[in-house]
Amino acid sequence: MLTDLYVFGDSAVHRARPVVKIAGLVVLCTSVFVFEGWPSVLVGGALVAAGFALAGLRLRHAVASIRPAFWILAAIFAVQLVLTDLLFAGFVVGRFAVMILGAALVTLTTKTSEFVDGIHAALKHAPGWVPKEQIALAISLCLRFIPLVRTMLVEVRQAQQARGLDRNVLALLVPLVVRTLKTADEVSQALYARSFD
Amino acid sequence: MIISFRDVSVEKNGVRILKGINVELSERRIGILGRNGSGKSTFARLFNGIETPTTGTVSLNGVTERKALRRHVGFVFQNPDNQIVYPIVEEDLAFGLKSLKLSETETRQRIGEALHRFDLEHLRDRFTHQLSGGEKQMVALVGVLVMQPHMIVLDEPTTLLDLWNKRKFMAALNALEQSLVVISHDLELLEGVDRVLHLEDGTLVEDGDPATVIANYVARSQC
Repeated sequence: MLTDLYVFGDSAVHRARPVVKIAGLVVLCTSVFVFEGWPSVLVGGALVAAGFALAGLRLRHAVASIRPAFWILAAIFAVQLVLTDLLFAGFVVGRFAVMILGAALVTLTTKTSEFVDGIHAALKHAPGWVPKEQIALAISLCLRFIPLVRTMLVEVRQAQQARGLDRNVLALLVPLVVRTLKTADEVSQALYARSFD
Repeated sequence: MIISFRDVSVEKNGVRILKGINVELSERRIGILGRNGSGKSTFARLFNGIETPTTGTVSLNGVTERKALRRHVGFVFQNPDNQIVYPIVEEDLAFGLKSLKLSETETRQRIGEALHRFDLEHLRDRFTHQLSGGEKQMVALVGVLVMQPHMIVLDEPTTLLDLWNKRKFMAALNALEQSLVVISHDLELLEGVDRVLHLEDGTLVEDGDPATVIANYVARSQC
């Protein structure tokens, strides 16, 4: 749920500059791949756990972050178990889990506007033809409109169920796409009305 | 503040949506009526330059530049979900202010004042997708107000609200010092306006005092 996308707080992790957090995440993810073996996963895991504790995040936040990837991780574990052994399968899944939780730590402690400002700052030295403002805004719009599209999907599905078309994919997709496009059109007008060029 | 429409026509895909509108508006409260497809929303979008006329000019105190229209005329859409851009209320209210290049302190101050004015401080740190319809519409209105426009255009702003939220929203509108242009089928929303325009088929069919225009509009609807 996007409800858990940001957890309010005033910890050192919350206050850290987004660019520092993103750079830390890149270093963490690279390290667990470069230094293969359990020590790198354990050190990475300990750092992420310390970050969660420092940010005042709870175990439920970690569980909620890892839950969407659970079945993928389970499949990877099963394949690795068949191809290698229990220890290596655990290592591979542990490595992914550390990266997912590291990314969750960044998103849970960084507001969208801070992300956008961070991206904008990172693109400061990009060539003039790079649409910096638009890239930053597109990212914020994605985060904002995921729940909106989900609501539309539920409404359209219920409307089609009421007509007995609950197993018809076309009956679900056509109104959803039309509504999404109409919404996109109005959102672009609203952005203009709100002084965004 | 005078907004003028001179021989304004709008054509889209070969269809003339507005036909030769000539009107000058200076009243503080203006209502716009009309049936579905009469051109009301297109007309409303001309006020702050979202739409551009195919022919003719729209000017605000004599200035025709779209950027000036947009800066001084705020716009509240029917569906606040399409107007709110950021996931957290405070971030969304700060969005429009970025274009004014205010300092962080000024931005926070403006947002704080606007939220305080409508007793909405409790929404400051809320996720926008978790707000009720009434709260979202209030946030959309505050998002416009922080820009301190001289005029606000509202396109059927209460259509998605229940009676309680509609009354609350109307009370908030009545307290505003800005000029308001309200587009609505809801005649209750037009109570107390100074002037009403009635559009049909892209043409201004009646323009005058609210009592007469609304009475004629209701009479026409009963034919």
